[in-house]
Amino acid sequence: MFGYALRRVLTAIPIVLITITVCFFILRLAPGGPFDGERALPPDVMKNLRAHYNLDQPLLTQYLIYLGGVLRGDFGPSMVMEDFSVSRLISIGLPFTLMLGFSAFVVGTIGGMLAGAVAAVNQNKWPDYLLVAIVLVGIIIPNFLMANLVQLFFGVYLHWLPVGGYHPGSLIHLVLPIFILALPHGGRVARLVRGSMIEVLGTNYVRTARSKGLGTRLILARHALKPALLPVVSYLGPGLSYLLTGSLVVEQVFALPGIGKYFITAALNRDYGLVLGTTILYVFIILALNLIVDVLYAWLDPKVRYR
Amino acid sequence: MTDVLVVDDLDVTFALHDSEVKAVSDLDFSLAQGETLAVVGESGSGKSQAFLSIMGLLARNGKASGRAMMGDVNLIGLPPNELDRYRGKDIAMIFQDPMTSLNPTLKVKTQLAEVLVRHQGYDNEKANRAVVEMLERVGIPEPVKRANAYPHELSGGMRQRVMIAMALLCRPKILIADEPTTALDVTVQAQMLDLFKTLTHDFGTAMVLITHDLGVVAGIADRMMVMYGGRCVEKGPTDTLFYDPRHPYTLGLLHSTPHVAKRARRLDPIQGLPPSLEHLPRGCAFHPRCAFRFERCFEERPPLLPVEAVREKACWYQGELKYGEVA
Amino acid sequence: MAGITGKDAALTAYADALAAQAPKGRSLTQDALRRLFNNKAALLSIFVLTAIVLFAYIGPYLLPWAYDKIDWAGIRKPPDWAKGHYFGTDQNGRDMLARTLQGTQMSLLVAAVATGVSVVIGIIYGAIAGYFGGRIDAVMMRFVDIMYALPYILFVIILVVIFGRSPVLLFVGIGCLEWLTMARIVRGQTLSIKQREFIEAAKAGGARPFTIIFRHIVPNLTGPVVIYATLTIPEIIITESFLSYLGLGVQEPQTSLGTLISFGAPVAEALPWMLYTPAAILVTMLLCFSYLGDGLRDALDPKDR
Ligand SMILES: Nc1ncnc2c1ncn2[C@@H]1O[C@H](COP(=O)(O)OP(=O)(O)OP(=O)(O)O)[C@@H](O)[C@H]1O
Ligand code: SF4
Ligand SMILES: [Mg+2]
Repeated sequence: MFGYALRRVLTAIPIVLITITVCFFILRLAPGGPFDGERALPPDVMKNLRAHYNLDQPLLTQYLIYLGGVLRGDFGPSMVMEDFSVSRLISIGLPFTLMLGFSAFVVGTIGGMLAGAVAAVNQNKWPDYLLVAIVLVGIIIPNFLMANLVQLFFGVYLHWLPVGGYHPGSLIHLVLPIFILALPHGGRVARLVRGSMIEVLGTNYVRTARSKGLGTRLILARHALKPALLPVVSYLGPGLSYLLTGSLVVEQVFALPGIGKYFITAALNRDYGLVLGTTILYVFIILALNLIVDVLYAWLDPKVRYR
Repeated sequence: MTDVLVVDDLDVTFALHDSEVKAVSDLDFSLAQGETLAVVGESGSGKSQAFLSIMGLLARNGKASGRAMMGDVNLIGLPPNELDRYRGKDIAMIFQDPMTSLNPTLKVKTQLAEVLVRHQGYDNEKANRAVVEMLERVGIPEPVKRANAYPHELSGGMRQRVMIAMALLCRPKILIADEPTTALDVTVQAQMLDLFKTLTHDFGTAMVLITHDLGVVAGIADRMMVMYGGRCVEKGPTDTLFYDPRHPYTLGLLHSTPHVAKRARRLDPIQGLPPSLEHLPRGCAFHPRCAFRFERCFEERPPLLPVEAVREKACWYQGELKYGEVA
Repeated sequence: MAGITGKDAALTAYADALAAQAPKGRSLTQDALRRLFNNKAALLSIFVLTAIVLFAYIGPYLLPWAYDKIDWAGIRKPPDWAKGHYFGTDQNGRDMLARTLQGTQMSLLVAAVATGVSVVIGIIYGAIAGYFGGRIDAVMMRFVDIMYALPYILFVIILVVIFGRSPVLLFVGIGCLEWLTMARIVRGQTLSIKQREFIEAAKAGGARPFTIIFRHIVPNLTGPVVIYATLTIPEIIITESFLSYLGLGVQEPQTSLGTLISFGAPVAEALPWMLYTPAAILVTMLLCFSYLGDGLRDALDPKDR
């Protein structure tokens, strides 16, 4: 198991490196930059700016300088928000984004598993139909639209919950954002659990377990749950990516102080430094979480460990 | 001898999209303590479903009716939580497919020990010790190591033995073995049959051996029940059925079994295919394939009637069965 | 952005089946399409989608107002049948229905462009991997696996940074990211076709690899392409509306469903028609695509669930 985890870590490192390299060169080689705004800057100002950001060095030197920085946790300066370094912006926004994403992940995953299992055990009865309907709505309506709809409904029309904003410790401001993020995630998890649970409950080995007189609860907990969760666990990797995508929107709609907002602003302003830094960070986080998911998978499915 | 299981009028039906099929009809038989009953018939004749229904293990779309009395408990229609008092303890089943019948995510010992914890109230440690003993008993080398393995680390034959060990853990009164030896090669097969013989003898277990291999039946079964199209067509002591079959289908089966057919010098499969349960022929279900059929067979279904004191058959034909007359 | 249709899961299984069922590859697809047309929900969805597409392209000629025509007398007005503003007007007095149709056109166009690009890249990549096999195949498919693990939206946003001011280029770029699944399918199909006699014959006759790929393999891909496109178009529609909503996609004066929703959302309390009109079209389309996708999934994997 430990060897398996180690192998996975070793394969992830080159992926991060390649991502950094590719993104760096694509962004640097693309035409246009943050200083090509509406009003042209005087040539000598431009020259100073370029020197300041090392843009006058050969590309390879720039790359090496950048890579060295990244290894030390320094993602360089933000080119548009002049007084901030990228690392500083990240350290402001990241904790919130992680907290939001993690809460939604936990709520969605656990809620989805429970709902899916209940639906599977009650296949073709009303709890099942109800779940299928909710999941359909949750998955079909894109999250930016859903976010606006619940904001309108619970915030503007009913005044039950705040329409947006956040200050530390204010849980009520997190209810809608977490709900919006957790809904499609939980929906997909529920759908997967329902399908795989139904499949597992029909397998020969569950029949064997029943033949042993174990009782429904033990059969579900010991014999059916683990194999039924396998497809869910392999979904969690991609699921994290969707959560990330969702958080970009949710932070925007509910005006939340996360890193997603900086990322979008940076993209709008062609702030290479910030876009690059955030991308690297996201890739790193996603790969690290994927790694955990894979190890979890290996734990659930003994066959994987020997591959 | 006392009967440990008396089955009466057992029907099994499966609901399909807009129709239903009857996989087992009007099945009656009894099983005495320590006795081995062989159930034979071609694929799809309802052997497995009959016994799965007794264990309460039919697929979701299946439904059983009738009686299967174990003592004074009718197992048919018992809610699962009550069945669970007997399943695995008094009545156990070895399944047809050892490759898929063990849980791939749990260690062998977990899957075995839980039976003892559930039914005998053992603690884990005691249960694990008993498990290793039982694994050894069914002829698994290095039982401690195998107990700690996952099913996919074992060969097919090993898994089959694990299934057998699992079923025997609580020394059940009734053991249903559904083709327990098909996954094994011939020498191992013989070993397993010996094992069954000693075990049933030692534990006084009554066994149902489901198979389509008559060669297996000869050495081990006291009585035999032949099924065709979901019904019993002939039933009686094994010897008498082997040497003096009275139903044309039994005769055909015997002549298509290499081991048995040697005496007849010819190996002949039964002509034609087993019927589909959805479209069973009218009259005697076997008539399209029967060399002895006459008008009555096309219209009326023959009931299962006593032939001699100890045997029954469901066939209109009363003359002598000569193999040469089989088409 | 994937996931409304469970595309990757369904199509990966399909790709594996294509690779495994060597000579039957084609009938697998035909069977699937036949089963699809027996599915009522899927058929109805095809019908509704066709209707929306036709209306998006023909509707503007039938409406009294063009999408960019300003009605100075009708600014911020609710639906008014007498004046021909069936779904109201926006803050600039432009007809919402006309704008929504225009936005639908744009969303569809963008989805078609990106899907088309991804199909072309997927075919080339997958055919090369499948045809040459061995190490080349292993390396190429390993790359695809890695790409799957990375969050697609990040690369899309990097593309935005690069192509920001040209939506068409942007969506060509998105097509360049979406081809992974198509490559898997084509590889599977290529592996299965490669073993047939006529390929052996062509090889023996001295045909070059690319000739074989284009003459014999590509023509066999119609079914898989249809299936792939059905599941990919809605994903791109979502990606597009997502980006446009964030201000990163299609921009004024052009419009798309996402752009319209992003303008409608902040004023939805006062001018609800500005949000609900484009939202209804978007959700209807996605719902239909989802039923179609479910139908396809069941058709591809006939073991009932
Ligand atoms: N869930 C089900 N739904 C519908 N029909 C079923 C179902 N399960 C079994 N059957 C039908 O019941 C019939 C009897 O099956 P059964 O498993 O008892 O056969 P068998 O005699 O054990 O054959 P084999 O030797 O192949 O194991 C089969 O024809 C099968 O098609
Ligand atoms: S009843 Fe007739 S058809 Fe049936 S087995 Fe007897 S002889 Fe043959
Ligand atoms: Mg069977």
